[in-house]
Amino acid sequence: MLENEPCSIIENEYVKPGKGQAFNRVKLRNLRNGRVVEKTFKSGDSLEGADVIEVEMEYLYNDGEFWHFMATDGSFEQHAASADALGDTVKWLKEQEVYTIILFNGGVLTVSPPNFVELTVAETDPGVKGDTAQGGNKPATLATGAVVKVPLFINIGDVLRIDTRSGEYVSRA
Amino acid sequence: MSWQPSAALSALQARARMNHIIRHFFYEREVLEVETPLLSQAAVVDPNIEPMQTQHGRWLHTSPEYAMKRLLCAGSGDIYQLTKVFRHGEAGRKHNPEFTMLEWYRVGVTLRQLQHEVADLFARLLAPRYVNLPVLFLSYDEAMTQYAHISVHDAADESLSDLGISLAGQDLHLTRDGWLDVIMSHAVEPALPKRTLVFIDDFPASQAALARVEPNGQGQCVARRFELFFNGIELANGYHELTDADEQRQRFMAQAQGRPLDEHLLSALAQGPLPDCCGVAMGLDRVLMLQQEAQHIADVLSFDWSRA
Repeated sequence: MLENEPCSIIENEYVKPGKGQAFNRVKLRNLRNGRVVEKTFKSGDSLEGADVIEVEMEYLYNDGEFWHFMATDGSFEQHAASADALGDTVKWLKEQEVYTIILFNGGVLTVSPPNFVELTVAETDPGVKGDTAQGGNKPATLATGAVVKVPLFINIGDVLRIDTRSGEYVSRA
Repeated sequence: MSWQPSAALSALQARARMNHIIRHFFYEREVLEVETPLLSQAAVVDPNIEPMQTQHGRWLHTSPEYAMKRLLCAGSGDIYQLTKVFRHGEAGRKHNPEFTMLEWYRVGVTLRQLQHEVADLFARLLAPRYVNLPVLFLSYDEAMTQYAHISVHDAADESLSDLGISLAGQDLHLTRDGWLDVIMSHAVEPALPKRTLVFIDDFPASQAALARVEPNGQGQCVARRFELFFNGIELANGYHELTDADEQRQRFMAQAQGRPLDEHLLSALAQGPLPDCCGVAMGLDRVLMLQQEAQHIADVLSFDWSRA
């Protein structure tokens, strides 16, 4: 915990001038917003541990305000995520898909999508026949509202495999 | 858990070669190799170094300094020692709680002469990876002024802590010397010229340890001490040694933190006396890291702390 924010330590370098005071230069990633900060501590100082757990949960539905998820471990435990916690993942939400959720003090802190999701094209210009390998692309709006660049031959109703890390089209599913 | 060594065989061979070069270097110069006890009745009193104690009450040395000075008081003349030393809690990419130190003393030389000898030895140890290394001499104040834009002698405590806080990212509630350590390690060391042996000397008098304190050319009191940096890594720490037994006792008492004072050393200084001399200690594992381009000290240790 750093300034009431849960963080993970990504780097910790011990610094000590031979005759001087010992420090630790620590790089921390804020688990809520992903921002990385660098801070120096006196060696031996301690920080409160964050009550954070990571769970796999299936997306159920949106009630207009919250997005509801259910644990896949057989406990049927449910949690509701706010728009804040969901962040950009809202673009890759699909019912029955499994997401990685970080719970902090029992509430949903972040929701991460799987690396690949399969989503249906809701809107795009008509496909161009025969054009399968040549370059060129066009925007397509997916069922979730996300807009991705797709090859010219893609049609409305096609199911596409998307890499959620880059937001790029991979293939037709 | 792994029984395997943390270093490659080539690093162990480089270490053996390094030890040979060092012994040859001092043999040529007629400096006597000595051994002193690892376990002693008294402990170091350095405020930022924590010694380890056995369950039988003896202390593992954190450097062979006290015993070597007793030899000097007894008339040994120039001496050197290659030994393991132990410092509790010092573990990291460039630290192992048990590490190898080379320490030597030269009678009747100036600090600058000793610095040149250190540079000569380094040239041999770092060859052939680094050749014709330039040598740069800076005072502590010059280094701070040049790389952190702050003058040590003139700066108010608040300007040092303000700069320190911005570098550390938070207020660590340190003393003036503590903030100087932050500035040195966060702003100055990373900015020092690379591939250059950088000697920083004339430390603040408050960081004198066992070095003499004297006025510099501008009449400011400075500690006659130097540190050597190469590629941003601290490699050696040298002193024009304090010989005054009374002042030594006072410094010990000011720092003892309940640890027993080394009365053997204090008696030696009072009766010896300690000849006018300069001494330096060098971390050999880091020299090997540079020579081997190792990223972690474990890469040059047969078995690092976690495997020992």
